[in-house]
Amino acid sequence: MNINLTLIGQSITFFFFVLFCMKLVWPPIMRALDERKKTIADGLAAAERGKHEQELAQNKAKDVLKEAKEQAGEIIAHAQKRASEIIDEAKNDARAEGERILTAARAEINQEANQAKEILRGQVVSLAVAGASKVLEKEINEQSHSDMLEKLASQI
Amino acid sequence: MASETLTSTDYIKHHLTNLTFGKHPDGSWGLAHNAAEAKAMGFWAIHLDTMLFSILLGVFFLYYFHKAARKATAGVPSGLQNFVEWIVDFIDNSVRGSFAGGKNDVVAPLALTIFLWVFLMNLMDLIPVDWLPWVTAQVASNGFGADPHSVFLKVVSTTDPNATFGMAISVFLLMIYYSIRIKGIGGFIGELTLHPFSSKNMLVQALFIPVNFFLEFVSLIAKPVSLALRLFGNMYAGEMIFILIAIMYGAGLVLGTFGGVLQLGWAIFHILVITLQAFIFMTLTIVYMDMAHQTSH
Repeated sequence: MNINLTLIGQSITFFFFVLFCMKLVWPPIMRALDERKKTIADGLAAAERGKHEQELAQNKAKDVLKEAKEQAGEIIAHAQKRASEIIDEAKNDARAEGERILTAARAEINQEANQAKEILRGQVVSLAVAGASKVLEKEINEQSHSDMLEKLASQI
Repeated sequence: MASETLTSTDYIKHHLTNLTFGKHPDGSWGLAHNAAEAKAMGFWAIHLDTMLFSILLGVFFLYYFHKAARKATAGVPSGLQNFVEWIVDFIDNSVRGSFAGGKNDVVAPLALTIFLWVFLMNLMDLIPVDWLPWVTAQVASNGFGADPHSVFLKVVSTTDPNATFGMAISVFLLMIYYSIRIKGIGGFIGELTLHPFSSKNMLVQALFIPVNFFLEFVSLIAKPVSLALRLFGNMYAGEMIFILIAIMYGAGLVLGTFGGVLQLGWAIFHILVITLQAFIFMTLTIVYMDMAHQTSH
């Protein structure tokens, strides 16, 4: 129960213990604790960010899909249009070709008819001449009457 | 130690005497052989047992904490680091809760040191009162030929007022240091003299100053005294009860068994007391430091 030098000894001991604790014990532990706190906070933030990014990516994928669908629809519509166009074109071509063939055929028929007419005309002339010479019973100079005969033939 | 040659009074006295080394009245230095001799040494004496156990326990605590601190990583903590972090976190929370003086690198380590050092010194109370003194007496008498009755050993440092006052006075000096550093000498003196009573009238104020000073000075001095005496008183009383229970062991089988049961009960209850006293000492230190940092009055 006596107060003596121990008091001072204890104070000095206490002082050194506090000093040691202050320099070599407390700061490293607090540093580790703070660091861990930061690591955990960073981890949580990263997880949050990842979640957000995933959401964005999902939205983006949805957009891309939608766009692709639209494009596909467009392409199909275009193709259908093009197909009908081709059909129309083919129809037109066929019609034109048919007409052309028809015209050509007609021209040929006309030509052949004309030829036949010419032949007939020539034959009629000679028939007429023969007939006339028989009627006149005299020889007719074919040369001098050819003009008249030509005229007659063209009238037939 | 309850041998036939010792009365109960001697036994108690023996347990309450420190192993004192100091200057005898005749001028020679040496160990005190009894309580009277220790008292006669006056101030120039030192309690070897108090110093030994307090330093041993302080080094023990700082060694393990330093070991953990050196290897402390932000990764998954190992067993020791986990335990140390748990305590450090607890102290840190206490400091954050009670100390509002801004950034201060001293208060938290101070609180940690006080809490663990006081706790460990108090913990020595749970070792049965006769064990370590008996071992020491045997070693001293058989090894060095000393009279076992004059070999004293007080294991619990906090039952020595020197230890508790040593800490309390250190805390008190820190308090005054921070008061003056934060508020200046004028501010500190003003705090002691200008309230609780103050007046706009200069003359009345001058009359109030001595009254204020008396009130504030008493409350200032009461802080370290109460801090030291609370811890000392609690531990001294607890130790005393252990000693009284221990006397029963020399009084027959029935009373001895009863004493054993009592000792177990008191020890279990004492776990609460030693922790609580360490915590109170720490919390009050933090509060006093906070008061020293407060400028608004």
